[in-house]
Amino acid sequence: MRLTAALLLAAAVLAAQERPIAFTGARIVPITGAELSEGVVVVHRGKITALGGPQTAIPANAERINAAGKVIMPGLVDSHSHIGQVEGADSSAPIQPDVRALDAINPRASSIRRARAGGITTVNVMPGSGHLLSGQTVYLKLREGARIDDLLIPLADGTPAGGIKMANGTNPRRTAPFPGTRAKAAALVREQFIRAQEYQKKVADAGGDAAKLPPRDLRLEALGEVLSGKRVVHHHTHRHDDILTVLRLAEEFKFRVVLHHVSDGWMVADEIAKANTLGASLILIDSPGGKLEAKDNRLVTGGVLDRAGVNTGFHTDDGVTDSRWFFRMAALGVRAGMGREKALYGLTMANAKMLELDNRVGSLEVGKDADLLVLSGDPLSVYTKVEQTWIEGRKVYDITRPEDRLALTGGFGAGGDGALMHLDECGGFTLGLDFRNLNLSGELD
Amino acid sequence: MTRALLLFAALALPAAAQLAVRGETVYTMDGEPIANGVVLISANGTIERVGPASQVAIPAGVRTLLAKVVTPGLIDAHATAGLSGVLNQPHDQDQLERSAPIQPELRAVDAYNPRDELITYLRNYGITTLHTGHGPGALISGQTMIVKTWGNSVEDATVSPTAMIAASLGNLARAQSGSPGTRAKMIAMLRGELIKAREYAAKNEKARDLRMEALVEVVEGKRPLLVTVHRANDILTALRLAREFNLKLVLDGAAEAHAVLPEIKASGFPVIVHPTMARPGGDMENMTLEMAAKLKEAGIPFALQSGFEGYVPKTRVVLFEAALAAAHGLGRDATLEALTIGAARILGIDDLLGSLTAGKQADLALYDGDPLEYTTHCTAVIGQGKVLFEGVQ
Repeated sequence: MRLTAALLLAAAVLAAQERPIAFTGARIVPITGAELSEGVVVVHRGKITALGGPQTAIPANAERINAAGKVIMPGLVDSHSHIGQVEGADSSAPIQPDVRALDAINPRASSIRRARAGGITTVNVMPGSGHLLSGQTVYLKLREGARIDDLLIPLADGTPAGGIKMANGTNPRRTAPFPGTRAKAAALVREQFIRAQEYQKKVADAGGDAAKLPPRDLRLEALGEVLSGKRVVHHHTHRHDDILTVLRLAEEFKFRVVLHHVSDGWMVADEIAKANTLGASLILIDSPGGKLEAKDNRLVTGGVLDRAGVNTGFHTDDGVTDSRWFFRMAALGVRAGMGREKALYGLTMANAKMLELDNRVGSLEVGKDADLLVLSGDPLSVYTKVEQTWIEGRKVYDITRPEDRLALTGGFGAGGDGALMHLDECGGFTLGLDFRNLNLSGELD
Repeated sequence: MTRALLLFAALALPAAAQLAVRGETVYTMDGEPIANGVVLISANGTIERVGPASQVAIPAGVRTLLAKVVTPGLIDAHATAGLSGVLNQPHDQDQLERSAPIQPELRAVDAYNPRDELITYLRNYGITTLHTGHGPGALISGQTMIVKTWGNSVEDATVSPTAMIAASLGNLARAQSGSPGTRAKMIAMLRGELIKAREYAAKNEKARDLRMEALVEVVEGKRPLLVTVHRANDILTALRLAREFNLKLVLDGAAEAHAVLPEIKASGFPVIVHPTMARPGGDMENMTLEMAAKLKEAGIPFALQSGFEGYVPKTRVVLFEAALAAAHGLGRDATLEALTIGAARILGIDDLLGSLTAGKQADLALYDGDPLEYTTHCTAVIGQGKVLFEGVQ
């Protein structure tokens, strides 16, 4: 349980923001609740301790930060990203639930610095989509830290928060043992979940008697966490019929699911709304196509799903879009008819709910984590800059610091850490290397 | 549709206005923006008159479109749209032929698909002209052309059937197998071919050689070599090659141009900057969002582009790329200039396009706000006097 100990240590260090900090004078967009003009937000020991109008009481010993003319809002929550040079499953099998993203993340990767520059404070880092199941995802706070342990989010039982990544459609299609058809893909997934159900039953039947327990099976254990609801399925799915296949399997095995990408979501909005999901996390792309299943990707999807009653969020899919312009995703949703408030909700609370971290992040509320952004202006304007990013009462990005500005703008020294994203073993998207060699069938997201 | 004919038509047939546009702000790119401006468009598809509403009356009965902001139709200074199809399947990818590293004889007109849905998609954001054709990825991949973003055939769409010869240096040009396998080999191969082209040009009696014919235009300085090149040392290599053979270059991409601005300026060659939102990897790992602003500051002619994309999105939208450049130092007005007259100059079509000037082709884009804002819509597109799109894109 060394990992648990490390998590507790990290938590102790983080609680050490002993002096309160008060941000004053800003327009505050709390996401939940009405906007405040000339608002005050006080943070102490990594939590928000007060939030209100100009009359809000500020502790006498507080450090004051004058944010007049600025906009303050919660740090963004990215529900689907591949920052940190993450890797997951290899080419040995299409379903690899034992593989953990947290074992393969480089916390010094330049993509993490860029994510802070984009205002992202909480992120679901996932393996790629070239598999039916490519491994366990990990939810991170983008705290400054040299070890992955410093970035993890401990659950009540001490284990790090995370989900599991699945995919259907064209990305996992390959030669055997990978599926060659959609029906085969679903059959392989069903078979593994049935094995996991049997394993769960054996464990339950043992009644705590170690002699009767089946031999430990890391794969079935992880799938068991999916069946028990502890681990949410983050499911890559684009085409309308593939989306409905995810819902069919979720219903059969009662797993809890977030739909990701959802290119054709505008075609099946009512079906998604009726199904029991934690929501739909969208990528809006600058033009349709680039792969067959994204040929009908539309900017309208955000508004359509939101109006249908779906918990609708956005993600960067970093590598596919850059974390530095995550705000832009919401703005494109607004451009195509989504309400402004709902679009900002889609960058924050909607995703916090999908990660089941909405009690800690996603909005500015007293008692929540002090993760906030200081913006130069309207969150949906191209001209607006994220000036400061704060996580748990600590400033992790400040546009006036040369090294942070470099992370934003780029230039010599900004990157240079090799391939900037996960490398799928089918060899396509080796971003750091060569776009010409891209596998046209597309195995990324 | 040759340029000479069009100009002749414009001069010979000064028809009465058949369409008018009135904008709260009209960016003419031929003088300062006009508040409350009017653009009158002739029946022959050219611009008849531009000025403030107080000076330019709209004749009674003429259809009038209203907009907050009016600009000349936008020009994407380098794309592969129309060759790199929307589906990204082998059957619709015609921007790169891999059978040989040097193929300047490949014509864009033989590959351009005016019906690819991405063409109309781009047009409906106000982009009316594309410099498109063979993409990066080979030492010399083929020819480029200039098209309008409408038309039923490549002939209908064509502004210029051959614009430049597309070349790449650095990792982009490294062959998957065989030569060139190194940077030095790339240049050795190019020098060899250019020497052959000089010799071919000097021969009196010769069998036709399509490849040599295309390269002769390059060594005679009649056809620009569009060199996609990112690393600073590779940019300097391109300039060295240009000096040796007296080539006319257009530098493309140029992610590390910020390290060699004086050398680029001294060469006199323009730069078509990589998409602002390009991914910072490989030869582009040291790219900066401020590249366009730095070129502007250095006084180097530049334009903006959508470039080539191997995955999602299959095409970028130059308007979106420009918006980020504007936000990172270039500013709104200079960005709109780069998207219109700046690009037209580099492409050599500024006699026809790029500004709202009497006699030029009436390509206009209408917006319901600052064209560069994420949430602004293109509300109408006019191409040579015809309303091609009206709605909200």
